[in-house]
Amino acid sequence: MTDMTYTIALMGNPNTGKSTLFNVLTGLRQHTGNWPGKTVTHAEGECRHRGTLYRIVDLPGTYSLYSNSADEEVARDFLLFQRPDVTVVVVDATALERNLNLALQVLEMTDRVIIAINLMDEAKKRGILINTKKLATRLGVPVVPISARNREGIDALLDTVDAMAHGRINTNPLSIRYSPEIERGIAKLLPLVKEVMGDTYPARWIALRLLDGDTSLLQALKQPPQPLIKEGNAYACCGSIKSI
Amino acid sequence: MAQGKRCRLSDMKPGDRFRIEKVDVPDPMLKRRLLDLGFVPGGEVKVGQRSPLGDPTAYRVCGTTIALRKEESDYIYGEKISHD
Repeated sequence: MTDMTYTIALMGNPNTGKSTLFNVLTGLRQHTGNWPGKTVTHAEGECRHRGTLYRIVDLPGTYSLYSNSADEEVARDFLLFQRPDVTVVVVDATALERNLNLALQVLEMTDRVIIAINLMDEAKKRGILINTKKLATRLGVPVVPISARNREGIDALLDTVDAMAHGRINTNPLSIRYSPEIERGIAKLLPLVKEVMGDTYPARWIALRLLDGDTSLLQALKQPPQPLIKEGNAYACCGSIKSI
Repeated sequence: MAQGKRCRLSDMKPGDRFRIEKVDVPDPMLKRRLLDLGFVPGGEVKVGQRSPLGDPTAYRVCGTTIALRKEESDYIYGEKISHD
């Protein structure tokens, strides 16, 4: 037993097996409810690995963090205000192109990211080969191949989570360069954002959102969401409707 | 590259394959949404079935089927590549 509990957020597109992974990790030790003030299901559970206790939060499946649906706001706000120790982005091995959109958006917000490539068994069946080492080098964060429904790669994933939570992994997330015009805007806003927000928030990302005219983000920054109140327990079968 | 003529995704028939050239939406939120769903310039779309009432239509893009209404697919411009 250690006294530290680390918070791990699970993110990913819909239908990537994120909730399957969540159920594999937490088993029956999970609670569900709604996010405060939103009709978006919230599921969180516990997982113990090599003596460390992890609080796992299953965020809603989204394609993006910018289109401002309730689901996306929940996921974005959690990353921004709760600042999980590690964010695991679950991507579908059979649709990487689509899935990496969200992964890149998350990399702009935090450097404590692990990419879990799920459905590796399905990809193999379809003859899709993924060079995870090269992907990890290009993205600048660990990439772990898994197959949640067959419980493959889970230990390797948890070992990586463990190493990142304890600060044993240094990441260098891919930073997207935008057009000169946008980069000039970012450079202009960056010192102002830092002055107002301090170092708590990802300044470059906030500058980008401001340039995009993201009013929903401004709203959230003015009034950060209240901390989560647990709303009773549920069995695993109710925890995630889509479990396997 | 049969026809080089630019047309709208909404003009395509089931079975057509279409290459996106431009996503030109007046509403920035809708544009963002379409891009996030995989309707990006250079991307290929396969037109699936149309609902019995003619709208919406299913499109296969980036390995997933997404249904769009005509008022959305109207804003996606490009060219027809072929018909299967």
